[in-house]
Amino acid sequence: MTKRIKMIVAKPGLDGHDRGAKLLARIFAEAGMEVVYTGLRQTPEMIVQTAIQEDADVVGLSSLSGVHNYFFPRVAELLREKGLDDVLLVGGGIIPMEDYEGLKQSGVKGIFGPGTPTTEIVGFIQDNVRSR
Amino acid sequence: MAVARLITWLEDEDERAYQCMVRLYSHTGKAYIIGITGSPGAGKSTLTDKLTRHIRRAGLTVGIIAVDPSSPFTGGAILGDRVRMSEHNLDPEVFIRSMATRGFLGGMAKATGDVARVLDASGKDVVIIETVGVGQDEVDIIGIADTTCLILVPGLGDAIQSMKAGIMEIADIFVINKADRTGADQLSAEVCYRVEQDATIKPTDWGPPVVKTVAVDDEGVDQLWQAIGLHRKHLEESGRLTDKRRQRTYRETLRMIHNELFRVVREQLQSSGQLDDLVQDIVDRKNDPYTVMRQVVEDWLSVSKE
Repeated sequence: MTKRIKMIVAKPGLDGHDRGAKLLARIFAEAGMEVVYTGLRQTPEMIVQTAIQEDADVVGLSSLSGVHNYFFPRVAELLREKGLDDVLLVGGGIIPMEDYEGLKQSGVKGIFGPGTPTTEIVGFIQDNVRSR
Repeated sequence: MAVARLITWLEDEDERAYQCMVRLYSHTGKAYIIGITGSPGAGKSTLTDKLTRHIRRAGLTVGIIAVDPSSPFTGGAILGDRVRMSEHNLDPEVFIRSMATRGFLGGMAKATGDVARVLDASGKDVVIIETVGVGQDEVDIIGIADTTCLILVPGLGDAIQSMKAGIMEIADIFVINKADRTGADQLSAEVCYRVEQDATIKPTDWGPPVVKTVAVDDEGVDQLWQAIGLHRKHLEESGRLTDKRRQRTYRETLRMIHNELFRVVREQLQSSGQLDDLVQDIVDRKNDPYTVMRQVVEDWLSVSKE
């Protein structure tokens, strides 16, 4: 029996910058995870629907356009609504430090800004992911 | 939700999947299964996306299994097929699942057939299986699909390529995608020529049509859907669908018995430490692997007879 961490990497909203998200998707795959990359311009509903169908353990959101305070909590809310409370929600991108606390309270478990060592992100996911 | 978790259990070979599949099996056999295969970048995902649009317009529900390769080094995978299928994300009658091959060869994951059954039992009218990008020899899709569509694109070789054995033999329908590109007409002519050759060499009751598409612009996809419909009608009316599914069940039953038998034997040999001893004897040339193989099997057979 082999278990692998399944992760969704998603770009919510109209933000078109996905170099970082794509690089991270590869880093997660390199760490042995199965990573579903959704592509650009995803709504929270689309992201959560993908998480449901893929039975994802982790949802990772990337935002570089300043929309994180709307999109991240909305994804968290929808995950709860759909009963996916045990799905680990993390986010990254250009996010001011003063927004961290609010996002964490809304249900985003980990937030990783520019320059975070990728081993730290991978480690956080491995330590906090659910067991099935 | 329950469907998604069951699929995970199947992928993980989790024991919990077994009981579910036992109960679910009697509800399978209703969905029509379409295989989409072809080389990397041929447009399989885009075509699957557009084909799904046409199938939905026909009022049918769709399950999609999109397979991408696992890394042979880390076991990780980038599953990128959904990028082209965003349109159907919020359609409750479309269920999309990405799968990694997890080291399984042949163009699919080990559990792909079982996952198709789950989507079938969940009430999907059509299940589309999109294989990994294949080369010349990954043809397992024909063991699962009722209709196999081989997607070709211009620029990948001359007429000799289209004469070869392997992947070119499995198509029930040939699709020339990116048909607006240079070389598409020539490729189409070469494939038509091959189909004619096939008809001369081994006459069959189905001559694979050659359909030209430009999937990104949704051109020719309705013709593809029509061609699939014609193939289905042909299979149903000639009784070939029943034959095909019986042969599939025959192979699958054998394969499942083979896998389970091997799993049980391996587990026992490994956990008892017997395997290490046998290997050591072979390494020391005190015994040979051929004799060991026969002995192990005979021991097991005698145990089962008792």
